[in-house]
Parts: sequence; C-alpha cells; structure tokens
Amino acid sequence: MFFRKLVWPMVVAFCALCAAAAWASAPKPSAVTPALIDAACKEGKVTWYTSAELELVTTIAKSFEAKYKCISVQVERSGAERNFQRIGQEYGIGIHTADVIDSSDATHFILWKRASLLAPYLPADVVKNYPAQYRDPDGTFAIWRATLSVMGYNTKLVKPSDAPKSFADLLQPKWSGKIVKAHPGYSGTILTATYAISRDIGWPYFEKLAKQNVLQKQSANDPPGDLGRGERPIMADGVEYLLLHEKKDGQPVEPIYPSEGTPIILGGLGIMKDAPHPNAARLYEDYLFSPDAQQLIVDMGNMRSLDARIKEPAGRRPLKDIKTLKDDPAATAAHADEVKKRYADIFGV
Amino acid sequence: MTRKLDLSTPLFAAIAVILSVLVVLPIGYLVQRAFTSDAGAASLVNIIRLVTEPAMVKPFLVTFLIAVCVAAACCIVAAPLGWLVARTNMPGRRIVRTLVMASFVTPPFLGAVAWEMLAAPNSGLLNEWFRALFRLGPSAVLFNIYSLPGVIFVIACYTFPYVFVLVANALDRIPGDLEDASAMFGAGTFATVRRITLPLVMPAIIAGVLVAFLQAMTLFGSPAILAMPAGFHTMTTKIWSLLEYPPQLGLAAAASLPLLIITIALMRLQRWMLGRRTYAIVGSRLGAPRLVQLGPWKWPALVLCLAVLCNPIFLPYGVLFKTAFTHTVGESLTFSTFTLHNVGFVFLDFSQTQAALRNTFILCLMAATLGTLLALLVGYVTAREAVFGHRVLCFLATAPIAIPGLVLGVGLFLAYARPPFTLYGTLWILLLAYITIELPSAFQQFSAAFKGVHPELEEAARILGATRLYALFSITAPLLRSAVIAAWCFIFIDTMRELSAAIILVTANTIVLSVVIYDLNETNALGAIAVLGLTMMTLTFVVVSVANRLRFGIPAAGRS
Repeated sequence: MFFRKLVWPMVVAFCALCAAAAWASAPKPSAVTPALIDAACKEGKVTWYTSAELELVTTIAKSFEAKYKCISVQVERSGAERNFQRIGQEYGIGIHTADVIDSSDATHFILWKRASLLAPYLPADVVKNYPAQYRDPDGTFAIWRATLSVMGYNTKLVKPSDAPKSFADLLQPKWSGKIVKAHPGYSGTILTATYAISRDIGWPYFEKLAKQNVLQKQSANDPPGDLGRGERPIMADGVEYLLLHEKKDGQPVEPIYPSEGTPIILGGLGIMKDAPHPNAARLYEDYLFSPDAQQLIVDMGNMRSLDARIKEPAGRRPLKDIKTLKDDPAATAAHADEVKKRYADIFGV
Repeated sequence: MTRKLDLSTPLFAAIAVILSVLVVLPIGYLVQRAFTSDAGAASLVNIIRLVTEPAMVKPFLVTFLIAVCVAAACCIVAAPLGWLVARTNMPGRRIVRTLVMASFVTPPFLGAVAWEMLAAPNSGLLNEWFRALFRLGPSAVLFNIYSLPGVIFVIACYTFPYVFVLVANALDRIPGDLEDASAMFGAGTFATVRRITLPLVMPAIIAGVLVAFLQAMTLFGSPAILAMPAGFHTMTTKIWSLLEYPPQLGLAAAASLPLLIITIALMRLQRWMLGRRTYAIVGSRLGAPRLVQLGPWKWPALVLCLAVLCNPIFLPYGVLFKTAFTHTVGESLTFSTFTLHNVGFVFLDFSQTQAALRNTFILCLMAATLGTLLALLVGYVTAREAVFGHRVLCFLATAPIAIPGLVLGVGLFLAYARPPFTLYGTLWILLLAYITIELPSAFQQFSAAFKGVHPELEEAARILGATRLYALFSITAPLLRSAVIAAWCFIFIDTMRELSAAIILVTANTIVLSVVIYDLNETNALGAIAVLGLTMMTLTFVVVSVANRLRFGIPAAGRS
C-alpha cells in the first residue's frame, strides 16, 4: 500500500536506534511459566491484528479466554494488506495498539523485521515441533499457518473426468469465459502465487490465460464463493481453506492441485516491538502455536499446520502428498512491483 | 429599543476560517502533490501522464459516461416520483417516501453485493429464474451485472434518492396559491405542472442532477465490486489501484483534478442557468399546497412507484434478508433452512460489532448536527451575500464533492497525523472527514432553500432590532425547518454509509460499521454482511423517523 512509501522512511528512522538491541540477543525458546501467566493476567488484555478467517479467529480467541479467564482478546480482523498499511500508519506516528500480529503475506514479516518493528519471542513448541526453515533465525516471527492457492471446479457444472488437471489445461478453448480468478495487485496470496507461477511456468501462461475472458475478482477469498454459487465453473486461483469451507457447507466444489505444483502460502505471526501488553502477547503467541490452537486451524479453519503433531482430517489430501511450488518470501518481496505491473498490463485491469 | 451586541460578523468570519481549513488543507495538498514529481520537484509529469496514457484516459471517459447516464436516469426517475409523492393524491405516498429513504440509507457497496447475488450472469437468482421459466440452457443470460450498464444501474439505484429528496422537499415548500391561480385561469393539471410547478422546482432539480452526477463520478464502493470483474476501471477504482503498493500518490492526486474542474464548471453552469430568474416564493401569507387529483390514474401511479422501488429495495433486501437467515446464499429460506447462526455470530461472538455500532452512532449524530449547522450558516452567508468573498465560500463548500473520499482520506491523514493536530487514531479525524464530505450536499440543499425564501421577513425582524444571527435562527431557520431536518437526515445517513475516506482513517478503536462490512466482504461472510446491513438500516430508520416526527408533528410546519 502507499503508506509503505510515505511512512516507511519515518518508521525506519524511528526504529534505527532500537535495532541494535534487537540483534544483540537471539532468543532462547521460552516456556510458559507461572510468572509469565501472572504478569499477563495483570495486563488483562491482548490485541490481535489478524487476517485469518473471522469465525476461526473468533473461536481461537474465545478458547484462549476460556483457558486464561483473566485475559480478554480483542480481535482486529482485516485483510493482510490493510493490516500492513495500518501498522505502517500507526507506528509512523507512535500509536501502539497491536500486540500480536499475523499476516497471510509472508513478505510483510520480511519488511517488518527489516524495520525492526518486531519483538523477538520463540515459544518452546515452535522449536520442538516445527521444521526449522519455517521460523526466523532471530526469533522475530514463525510460520503459524499455511494454505495453498489452488485451482477448483464446480462439480455440478463440470464432470470430474473433464476437469482441468494443470495450469496448462486452463488454456484450452473450452474454458473460455468459464474461469474466475483473483488479482495480485489486491491480494498478497495471489501475489505469492503469481510470482511462483511466473518463475516456474513463465509469463506466457498468463498472457494466454488473459485471452480466456476470465472473471477478474480482487481478493483471493472471492473466487471460491463464485465457484460455489456456480458463477463460473472453474477457478484459476484462490485460497484453499475457503474452498474447503464451501465444500463443508455443502457447496458443489472440489479443489484441484495442479500437476505443475501448487503455490503454498505461508502465514507468519509475531509480537510487535511496542506491544502495550507484552506479557499477554507472549502467552497468547504460545497458545497460538500450541496443539489446541493448531488443531482448530486445521479442523475449523481448513488450513494447513506445520506442527508435526497435528493430524489432518480424513478426506483432505495431506500436505505432504501435494507437490508444491517453492515458497520464497524474500524473492517475492523483491519482485512484487514488477509482478503487479506486468500482470496489470497483461489483464488490462 | 436597546442595541444588541451583533455577534454575526465575527461568527461569519469564523465560519469562513473553519471552511477554509476544512477544505483548503486537503485540496491544497492535492494540488501540490499533483504538480510534484516523485522526487519532490515541481513538475508536470503527472499531468502529462494523465492526459497521454490510455490507461488513465479511458477510466476518465468511462467515468464521465457513467456519471452522465446516472444523472439522466436519476432525473427521469426521481423527479416524477417526487412530484407524485409530494403533490398528488396517490395512495401510499408516505410509504413510497419512506422506501426511497430506505434506498438512500443503503450503502452503495451493500447494494452492489446484493445485486451480485441477484444478477451475476450465471449464479444470479434473476438469471436462474429466467432460465427456469423459459427452460433455457445455461448460456442464456437476462442480466449481466458485470457490465457498464450494470454498473450504471446499480449506482443509479442508490443515487436517485438525492434528486428525489431535493425535488420532494422543494415541492413541499411551493404554496398552493400559484397552482390554484393557474387552475382558475383555466389551465389543466399538466399545463400547471409545466408552467408553474416545474419552473419553481427547477433549482432543486438542477441541484439534484448536479449532486447525482458528482456522486456517480466519485463513488467508490459499487465500482470496486462490479467494475473490475467487468474488466474496466472507473476513475475511483483507478485511483485506488494507484494507491496500492507501489503508491503513485502524485498521479492519484492529478487524477482527481479533472473531477474538481468539472465541479467548478458545473457550478458555473448552474448559476448561469438560474442566474437571471428569482425564485422567492415563501412570502408572508401562503396557502397550503393543493394535491393534484389523479383520478383513475392513482393506482397505476402507485404500481409504477413500487416497480421502480423493486430495484433498490425489494429485490436487494429480499436477497439480504434470505441470506441473513440461511447458511449459504444458494439455499432458499424455509422452516428447515432457517437459522439464527449469523445473527448470533454478529452480536455474540464478533468482537468488533459493539465498538463499530457505538462509534458509528456517535459520529453520525455529531457529523449531522455540526454539519447541518455549518451548512446552514454557510448557505445563509452566501445566499444573503453577508460577508466579503462569499463566492469563494460558495465554491469551498461545494468543492469537496469532487474529491474522491479516498483521496480526501489521504489528505486528511497527512494533515492530521502529526503535530500540531495529532488526530489520527481518534474519532475527531473521522468527524472532520465526514463533515467535509457531507458539507456540499447539505450546502446545495440550503442554497436551493434560501433561494426560495424571500429576505423580507428577515429584514422586518432586523428593522425591529434583531441581530442578523437572531433573525436567521428565529425567522429563517424555522421557515426552512423541513430543509434543516432533511439536511440533518441526509448527513446522518450518508455518514452511516460512507466508506472510502473511513477505510483509510479508522484504527482498531475507531472502527466504523461500513468498514466492518467491507472487511467482511473480503472473507465472503455474506451472512454476517446481511445481518449487519439490516441492523444498520434499522438503526438509521429509527433515527430518521424520529427526526421526521419533528416535521410532521406540527401541522403545516414552516409556514406562518
């Protein structure tokens, strides 16, 4: 968003002094101690900026409140890009309301870390049970949830045998006017996916897709809804968890994991440097990485967990059986502008 | 008679200053950014890009076309509707008036979401019914909301109330005497309408068309939802995309300049059209308006009104109501599918509901009250030419209508996010934004109303020793009672549904309802949107009907 450019220099300047302190101490994994619980209870509140699905985050917050009755959770749900913009605005002028933040756009954490907006904290669970590549070595954030940008089809309108199996299949003339997709200029998920596809499959795929008369939506959350309602029988991209949600609700939709590989979307989570409730924030982050919260993410949120202990529900293709395109937040961040511009030129909006 | 202290001159001067700060600050920022390159030097690079790049020129032409069509459609539909409701014996006039208010209450983006459910080419309910009725194949499409006519239609649905309210209020104020006189001289009903009524409401119609045109030009919500899937940008969605990362603020500012210039041109045109006539019709003794007897035509007239109201009200709210009480959009509402799940979620589980309701309510009340007061004073000052530079004030009070809310939001953020005015993160910055945004339509309404009130009564009061301010509040304002109440309701409602500036200015603690609904749309939570949308409408409706009680409570209010 535009505040990156406006506020960023201010933020960077503001935080430069604090940066030294941050890298001096690579954190040790912390366990939940009675002292931490006490301190958190005294703060009494934690504010969570999140971009995950609303009912899921509301349920997680309620389950935390049930476990720690002395702390209430204020959930601030908005799109990842909007949260990013808001943090930029707020830190730019010294408003500190956010304690814990997560984003479905992994590039955000790279930029936040670069600007030293994050307080290092490493829950013991993360070190023990999560693959090491999914956390920041300096402990400022870890990958809290994952989802995929999948293709999909409407089972009422398309027979399973006719459904496309790959990105290349979408270019067949029979799918002209039948495809819905989201836009990388408005959605971090689609930006990540578009970068991965352009890198591994190439821009000509998008150039040909643009000639297929696609229904262009903004948010990555939109296409699953359009697919379920039968507005278009085929979905070229969109978040997997909402598609699975639609399916659970009885809508005639089925995900497609393209044979070239499915883009994986990693969602980080961390604590803000000037969190007004730092101890409650730590306790909450601990909880969010615990098996309780992670199981909710998988069962209710229909997302993927990187915690080795979590079981995936029956009927869903497990993450380990899906060929994914390599995730690379740093490269995505570096190429973001170019990807958005080129996409807009190709699709005309 | 003792000479009273006349506070009017310092007050009018203060109004001029407040208005300048409110309007000049963001506009000044805008103009400065438009003529500055990204490197910070004075430059014409943004303007050159604006007029040479097809990607910029095309949205501009599309927006112009949309605005012209919307203004024309609104005028054709709303002016006759206003006449039927205000001046005929059509049955159900109150209900029709109320329903038009309901379409005004509806946030345009909520209407757009509802129309997506109704008229998306494949999944839209209307298209499904059409196919089922005529047993057509899946490729048959009756309506395609993702198209230029679709966008024009949805914008017009929620813009025509502007014209309607202005026209109906003006008609309320026209005394029956003139029409009676016309009838006595043997003119038929329609000759009277054409020769007497129409010219008298012309200022209101022109003001309404102007407001409709400018609203359509600067609207963000509906095009954001409908235009992009249709494969084109309007000026506002283009500006929104320019504000996405990497931000091109200079170009975005430049893109709003043509809107500003068109506004100035239209205002000049309006003055030129009305300039040589006088419209002072509210004198000292007046007869109540006489209703035109429609005879056998009164029922067809009602059917016509209800048919028009299907589009902004019955169909969209039907679909929203159904969605509020079912699990998915596709299933129909029956005893077995009925659920309170969405209602429970919104009011019990969703942590933002309470804060958003409280903030929105406070802001709407304050913006409506302060905005009406400001608009009344500015309207008076400019209509009576009470201070030096009243023409500039007139321009300042109308200019914000041409600034897209998004851009105004950016301007306000930059103006009030740092000392000495650190208002960001408080409700004050939202209040400032709302008052600035709402000022033009309230001001337009008051200037049209002041044109209809002859200064003779004020002059009489002043000859008897009243100060100008006292005369305004004791003589003129009561005469304009219906205009005051209408302006207050206007602002209350429009603040409730304002999205584009709020989206940039809200924080966790200052969240408002419209932004919550827009956020919900991102998660496809259509059930929750429906519940909140219906709540929002109920809330507004209660407030507006209480406000209108004030008008109907006193018989022949506003007339001596």
